[in-house]
Amino acid sequence: MSLLSIKGLSVQIGGTPVLQGIDLEIAPGQITAITGESGSGKSMTALAVMGLLPQGAAARGQIMLDGTDILQTPEAALCGMRGNTMGMVFQEPMTALNPVQTIGAQVAETILMHEKVAKTEARARASAMLERVGLQVGPHRYPHELSGGQRQRVVIAMAIAMRPKLLIADEPTTALDVTTQARILELLQGLVDEFGMGMLLITHDLAVVADVADQIAVMQHGRIVETSATADLLRNMRHPYTKALFAASTHAVQLPEAQVDEPLLQVQNVVRDYPVKRVSLFGPRPVFRALDDVSFTVGRGERIGLVGESGCGKSTLTRAILGLEPVQGGSITLDGAPVLQGGKPDLALRRKMQVVFQDPYGSFNPRHRVDRLITEPFFLLDNPPKGAARDQAIVKALTDVGLPAEAAGKYIHEFSGGQRQRLAIARALIVEPDLIIFDEAVSALDVSVRAQVLDLIADLCRKRPLAYLFISHDLSVVRSITDRVMVMQAGKIVEQGETEAVFADPQHPYTQSLIAAAPKLPELAHAADAL
Amino acid sequence: MIRYALGRFASLVISLIVASIVIFAVVEVIPGDPAAFMLGVNARPDTIAALRAEMGLDQPLIARYLSWVGGMMQGDFGMSWTYKTPVADLIGDRVWVSLPLAIYALILSTIVAFPAGIYAASRRGSAGDTAIMGATQLGVAIPNFWFAMILVLIFAINLRWFSAGGFPGWGNPLAAIKALTLPAVALALPQAAILARVMRSSLLDMLGEDFIRTARAKGLTRRQALWRHALRNALIPVLTIIGLQFSFLLAGGIIIEQVFFLPGLGRLIFQSISARDLIVVESVVMLLVFTVIMVNFIVDLTYAAVDPRLRVRA
Amino acid sequence: MSRNLIIGAGLTLFFTALAALSFLWTPYDIELLDIPNRLMTPGGAHLLGTDHFGRDILSMIMMGARTSIAVALVAVGIGMGLGVPLGLWAAARHGSLLDDLIMRGNDLVFAFPSLVIAILITAVFGPSAINAIIAIGIFNIPVFARLTRSAALPLWERDFIRAARVCGKSSARISAEHILPNITNLMIVQGTIQFSLGILAEAALSYIGLGAQPPTASWGRMLADAQTLVSLAPHVALIPGFAILLTVLGLNLLGDGLRDWLDPKIRVVRT
Repeated sequence: MSLLSIKGLSVQIGGTPVLQGIDLEIAPGQITAITGESGSGKSMTALAVMGLLPQGAAARGQIMLDGTDILQTPEAALCGMRGNTMGMVFQEPMTALNPVQTIGAQVAETILMHEKVAKTEARARASAMLERVGLQVGPHRYPHELSGGQRQRVVIAMAIAMRPKLLIADEPTTALDVTTQARILELLQGLVDEFGMGMLLITHDLAVVADVADQIAVMQHGRIVETSATADLLRNMRHPYTKALFAASTHAVQLPEAQVDEPLLQVQNVVRDYPVKRVSLFGPRPVFRALDDVSFTVGRGERIGLVGESGCGKSTLTRAILGLEPVQGGSITLDGAPVLQGGKPDLALRRKMQVVFQDPYGSFNPRHRVDRLITEPFFLLDNPPKGAARDQAIVKALTDVGLPAEAAGKYIHEFSGGQRQRLAIARALIVEPDLIIFDEAVSALDVSVRAQVLDLIADLCRKRPLAYLFISHDLSVVRSITDRVMVMQAGKIVEQGETEAVFADPQHPYTQSLIAAAPKLPELAHAADAL
Repeated sequence: MIRYALGRFASLVISLIVASIVIFAVVEVIPGDPAAFMLGVNARPDTIAALRAEMGLDQPLIARYLSWVGGMMQGDFGMSWTYKTPVADLIGDRVWVSLPLAIYALILSTIVAFPAGIYAASRRGSAGDTAIMGATQLGVAIPNFWFAMILVLIFAINLRWFSAGGFPGWGNPLAAIKALTLPAVALALPQAAILARVMRSSLLDMLGEDFIRTARAKGLTRRQALWRHALRNALIPVLTIIGLQFSFLLAGGIIIEQVFFLPGLGRLIFQSISARDLIVVESVVMLLVFTVIMVNFIVDLTYAAVDPRLRVRA
Repeated sequence: MSRNLIIGAGLTLFFTALAALSFLWTPYDIELLDIPNRLMTPGGAHLLGTDHFGRDILSMIMMGARTSIAVALVAVGIGMGLGVPLGLWAAARHGSLLDDLIMRGNDLVFAFPSLVIAILITAVFGPSAINAIIAIGIFNIPVFARLTRSAALPLWERDFIRAARVCGKSSARISAEHILPNITNLMIVQGTIQFSLGILAEAALSYIGLGAQPPTASWGRMLADAQTLVSLAPHVALIPGFAILLTVLGLNLLGDGLRDWLDPKIRVVRT
């Protein structure tokens, strides 16, 4: 007997189909994962089950939850079910909570909505629930006083306060660090076991899916292309898209042999302090040490990775290397010259270093055309190419990253996320720098696009010797694209060494915990021949 | 919380000091010799000398500024040259028209705007929303003093429900309130139109936030989510506007007083301007600015009550 | 093109055209007093009637439109011309003492509503249209400065600004090349709103005698003159009021329409 049974669910928004003929069964006590790339309709399926489709959406088909068809249930009755028979956890814990209410009150509200109990009793049960989800702080705290992981625990407590039969979790760990993710997934699995709930887990992360789900549904363009028990699916993928998706996730880039030369970037004993809010009116202003005695060298032609969780100082280090912010101690030199001298950047030096940022949507001025966007680094040159030479440089930069020459006349909104990252790489390469910094450059991309961009980087390395610093929170990406890797924790580099050696035999306890927490896809026999 | 309040208080004090310097400079420094300026070109030298002595113009600027500020702190605003009475007394009589008028209008504006804004936001796109938004579009565009004239035309001249102007004093509070009603309505409605629009758009912004979706997932109806979660968050920008509006109501009151012949600060200011009585102008302007700064200080403190993120834990 | 935009642009164009036409032609000379034909009702030789001196109201409305539009336009120009650079500067130096000074200065100016500024200026220099322009203009500066800063700050966090800094561009150049083009829409919409507020403020100032002085025609003073005649000849008081109402309404609708057309996410401030 299944708990949730979706039959022939189709959803249109303003005449555009977003879901087509979805069929899915979820049994109590089981975790069913829906996976797929962005825009495949994963979240829309979850919202349809909750009866929270956006205004203007029209749904057909049947969503039977515990004997009730959600699509036929009036709104008032749905309100009685939401939070009661079905609960939901969202992706973004930072904004999912009301900033002006205590967390205890917000959890208690779920209970007060569905049961006629005294406020004090609801509060007491809320506190117990917060304890059950492993929250270490009291119920009188406000959301802004909590970390992302803590907030996600509060959201989970709210969703399960009434012990619902179905829990929907929409990318519940995507915004979290890998170690926090492991703990939240463990919590969710424990709750499913304890309460006998059915759980619908929406995630793009195949490693997470393979790790925790009993059943997997793969979505593409609003359709489920394949549904199977996890073990079966991993053993025998039938649909080509499923195969391609898993292949892209485990995609290993073939880097050419590194030709490491003399040192290019030298970071020595760097310290970066940020002033923070005063705790007392008198006395020195306290500081937060974001970088603590950081030292490393990147050789010419070397590909080096930097991994660490959010807030560990990766971004601070990037800004310091780029010479965007001063440091309070130590030195950063490129080709022997300091990147920042007397607060003034050295343009001749900057030419040797470019950067590719994470957000493909925020990396370009929406008001300028591509030719102007990718030639911005020409500002660093004493004699920037003009006229035909400039056009030639633009065409070369575009074709180098696999884009057509016509792209030059377009605005950025005409490009997909993957194409934008190619443009970002074109912009970085146009002045032929010695060093490129990839700052989470593939983190925002879907797996298949990510694989293509990583291949492009490897390709570029084959054409010319390229040194780069590849910063990422994703260990699996760093593993295939770098020769050497550094692990950062709380502003310090705790371990560095040959990438393979570090991954195979991590020395520092933090590195060990990171590698242990990262969900891994099992070895797939057919993965390689799918691409 | 205390740190936040202290911080705001410090900025209040600095604002007051800078504002007083600006006013002092404009009124007493720019005209050159204020005494000669006040008495006009035909004044006799001995009269000017007498006024100079009375205003203390023979003293250095710093001393004059300090004695002006020091005097105000003790309630001494100097002597009016034209009325020959202490400015404090002149203001004291009139402030009890202007201040109640501004407060009355603020209350009216809030009473009208809150329900209108909340209703429009909760029924976005409905006929009611469209009607309210249309009405606020008119309210924003209408000059309040002209609106006052129309109110007089309708309710005083044609219907004879109210008198067309004048103020009976606070001896009979009901009559006083009645005399202030038309002026307060004229002041309040255009401001209410702005406030209702801010309320609506702020609520709509909040309704699009993630935490509203969370609340809906808990089983709250749209309306419950609006009242319990969106409203308090939406109040933060609304409070800012209320604080700003008070200064507009106070200043706008000066104009409305003209329409209704109310013996408030507005009348005092215009008479003093035409009589070139700088001492009165200077003090009344300082008083207006002081009130505006005080109200904004209070609004800042209210933020902390509404938004826990501003309450820093010690 | 929304209905708002069409109606708003239509009304705005109409009153701008009236003002422009007044340079070439008005039905009557507004300095010509014609006491025998005073307080004539609309229709006949005087389309909108005459006032208590027998002056043609249509001609005065046309001349008044010129004053209103000129004062409000220059005041918006002052507000934008000084406010936008200040806001850009504050945003570029976010968190510094300079940013703090600019913002504190803004707060302080907000404590002086334009009427209070006008009172101060009039007390010392006497009333004039210039007085009104300065008073409204000064008050517009913090409006634009704050808005510019708050729109520019999130842009400074965007990666394309970081990319420009990596290319060695100075913050002044980045403000001009990258920030300004991305806040232009917002400024156009807010400028329209401030323009409408300027028309209202000019009317209020001239109504209480702190704005344009005779013989310059102004809608506010027409209303002041008409006040005592409200029961006798309502049209003398109603017509200038409707002129203000329709102009301001037109500008507001134009602002809303432009916002919906350019970028519906724009948030304007209105006080």
